[in-house]
Amino acid sequence: MRLKIPSNFRIIRVPCTGKVDIIHILRAFEKGADGVYVVGCMEGDCHYNEGNFRARKRVEQAAKILDQVGVGGERVKMFNLSSGEGPLFAQYSIEMDNKIKELGPSPIRVAKQNKKKAA
Amino acid sequence: MIIAEKKPIEEIIDEVKDFNRILVLGCNECVTVCEAGGKKEVEVLASALRMYFITQGNEKKIDERTLERQCDHEYLEEIRADIDDYDAIVSLACGVGVQFAAEKYLTTPLIPGVNTVCLGANEDRGLWKERCQACGSCVLARTGGICPVSRCAKRVLNGPCGGSTNGKCEISKDVDCAWQLIVDRLKALGKMDDYEKVAPIKDWSTDRAGGPRTVTREDVKI
Repeated sequence: MRLKIPSNFRIIRVPCTGKVDIIHILRAFEKGADGVYVVGCMEGDCHYNEGNFRARKRVEQAAKILDQVGVGGERVKMFNLSSGEGPLFAQYSIEMDNKIKELGPSPIRVAKQNKKKAA
Repeated sequence: MIIAEKKPIEEIIDEVKDFNRILVLGCNECVTVCEAGGKKEVEVLASALRMYFITQGNEKKIDERTLERQCDHEYLEEIRADIDDYDAIVSLACGVGVQFAAEKYLTTPLIPGVNTVCLGANEDRGLWKERCQACGSCVLARTGGICPVSRCAKRVLNGPCGGSTNGKCEISKDVDCAWQLIVDRLKALGKMDDYEKVAPIKDWSTDRAGGPRTVTREDVKI
């Protein structure tokens, strides 16, 4: 299965999406990421029962904070799929890539670039 | 434990916008347990503030630190060497910690990052409810271990008022009638005789009515 996916994102593997904390998502944005998406197992199928539910809540909280600080909560999203759904993973990657391209670069990255230019 | 709630980020931004070097200071005690002002919340708030000011084109130095406690001299002393590096401190400790830090560091503005709510218990994940009002003269021995001072809206000390319906208080159907709980517990304990005893007039001078309170222990003083 040689599926095409956008090459402009980095995959960070975690043992379970329940490991993902708000601060991990926020730090990615602080470092200049334009978007973050968390891909977890199907709801109800978590090996640890509620890991993906915890992740969803944290993604929601991160989105709220990003809205409050002017970065935009729509830049972070949670997806669910099973480990056998490679094509769906590719589809979600493309979906997220298109969405972020539509939104443009993150205001943090823009501000950092402007600062560099000024210096 | 002391229960606190995070303040809205917008409110904190408004308070700190005029400072350039800010320390977000957490506390490892009660506010960590109620997930309002521990190390994790310090990281999230500091990150959010940094992102906000970067996007505004006004990058600030925002550092993070969490002390073991902010209500004891020895832990607060840990930041003395660095205090001059900051124009302001956002303290995520309860009101006690914020004030104690303010007293210690006279020339550094202290901004509270949480609202201190009550003395309560963690009833369920994400649910904290008041259990004590620190009235200074505990009556729990004769009320079946359930406090009419903190859990009854009227703080009545001799049985329920007329607003008790089906075990709920008249102020809200979500609030248990403290006296219903007390009677139920006394029944379970087989101590309903206690319910018949009329409580003497409570000494409210140990409560806030007597002004700020002090505990002095000569036996532990050095």
